[in-house]
Amino acid sequence: MSAKELSVLLKKEIALELRNKVAISGILLYVISTVFVCYLSFRRLDDPLVWNTLFWVILLFSAVNTISKSFHTETRNRLLYLYTLSSPAAVILSKMLYNILLMGLTSLVTLLVYSTLLGSVPLEGSNVGMYIVALLLGCSGFSGIFTMIAAISARTGNNLGIMAILGFPLILPLLVTLIELSGIALRGLTWEYGFTAISILAGINVLVVALSYLLFPYLWRE
Amino acid sequence: MARIIYLESGMKNWWKLASVLLLMYVIVMSLLTPLGPGISSVSQEKLHMGKNDSISIYGYNTDFTVSSKGLEQPVVWLEIGAFNLQADTIRVISKNEISADFSIPYNLPSKSQTLHVQYAQGHYVLPNAFRCEEAGKDNIEHDDCEVKNPQYLNNGMVFPNREILGETIRNLMFHVPMWFTMMLLMTISVINSIRYLSGFNPRYDLIAKEAVKAGLLFGILGLATGSLWARFTWGHWWVSDTKLNGAAITTLIYMAYLILRGSVGEEQNQARVSAVYNIFAFMILVVMLMILPRITDSLHPGNGGNPAFSQYDLDSKLRMVFYPAVLGWIGIGYWIFQIRKRIAVLGEKTQEL
Repeated sequence: MSAKELSVLLKKEIALELRNKVAISGILLYVISTVFVCYLSFRRLDDPLVWNTLFWVILLFSAVNTISKSFHTETRNRLLYLYTLSSPAAVILSKMLYNILLMGLTSLVTLLVYSTLLGSVPLEGSNVGMYIVALLLGCSGFSGIFTMIAAISARTGNNLGIMAILGFPLILPLLVTLIELSGIALRGLTWEYGFTAISILAGINVLVVALSYLLFPYLWRE
Repeated sequence: MARIIYLESGMKNWWKLASVLLLMYVIVMSLLTPLGPGISSVSQEKLHMGKNDSISIYGYNTDFTVSSKGLEQPVVWLEIGAFNLQADTIRVISKNEISADFSIPYNLPSKSQTLHVQYAQGHYVLPNAFRCEEAGKDNIEHDDCEVKNPQYLNNGMVFPNREILGETIRNLMFHVPMWFTMMLLMTISVINSIRYLSGFNPRYDLIAKEAVKAGLLFGILGLATGSLWARFTWGHWWVSDTKLNGAAITTLIYMAYLILRGSVGEEQNQARVSAVYNIFAFMILVVMLMILPRITDSLHPGNGGNPAFSQYDLDSKLRMVFYPAVLGWIGIGYWIFQIRKRIAVLGEKTQEL
């Protein structure tokens, strides 16, 4: 696996996405309508805890929806063709990178729509830098775990149901730590308070990427 | 000949006998050993500075009316930082109740106070019994309040008594070893998953599966005993605690592992996919049960800044039951896993026939 291989595969993912914009527009529509449903039921949310938790739950579900499609669109023959050209590690890493980009975009749009509709009161006086770090770590963590789960559930045939059953328990440590870290950021505390949460999130991210890199070759081999 | 084989197999399986014997010892000891005397509660939570406070002290399994040579009456004092404040007058009301009058000086360091009671049966402590109210003026006079030479008596085999735990301390022999056993079985499982991926020998996949099933049994037992314990110490069947939630999530993850196995049709495929998932599951188990509870708030001892079972709770007498309990349950868990494994191997063989 080389950097060039990775970038070619990443370009391929992006090109496929741009050629057929159904997935990306679907996910944006999903996020906007979910936020709108929340808006209709809550109107305004000024409690930072509820605001924060709801935001992450919306992001979690949009991540499941986005990333479950990672291997869904690849037909069996195309995957085989891909593996003859490149290493499986490059395939999984490029898909993860692509999902991080997609999740980054989704989370930005969600944050924008969410704070417009439900109010940005909790964001005032918060540690914006730390909140952005939480978003980045969250996006990469969601992408890492769910890409791998998508690869596993693609092997089982019935995709979406098994994705939630396998993925939700696995994502919970990440989600709980993310809510904690972004809660710290919303309270406007300094970096030293968020240090342990950041290191846990970074640790989980590194572990997931390392495990995927090592284990994915076993998943596609027939 | 048959007898020799029997002896040989008996020697080979000595650990099964040992774990059964250990568990019998543990069950008898943990159910029949009396709980040591202890201070269960006091009549008020706050001390009023510069005033006289009359406090009722309630004991559990105590007999304050007993007196011994050199100690006709109980002695009661408060531990305040580096020095002690002795009670002025002490009245024994019943076997389980004494009343003590303290003249509380001004300017006590305003943190929590530890109550000490010493009487003929021994010396007992209620940590964080009081908090102080109002800031005062003068400094406390140290020399008057010192209690010299507290007397410790040996009471034979009893379990330590701590105010929040009381009789529920017996659950320690059941609840904690369940988690140790589960972690051992899950470790066996993940090792076998890795061995499967490195050689694709279906035997290792079978071992991994059966280890998860046996481990899950102990996980569910651990949740059940934990829930029971929480009901009597923290007041509810389920409290929102990092370790409780982590345990529940871990159990869910391994249930998902079994569902994943069921939903992949072809056998080799199933083994490979579930081995990969098992490695992820183990990673989350380590994060959820060993890393997260240590850094976030937790009610469990030893986590989130709470003291571990130590000084007041897990003394040398309790250890004499607790460590055999851990060994015994681990032995039983491993035995269950072995039986399951053998049944599964036989099942495969009969399928081949």
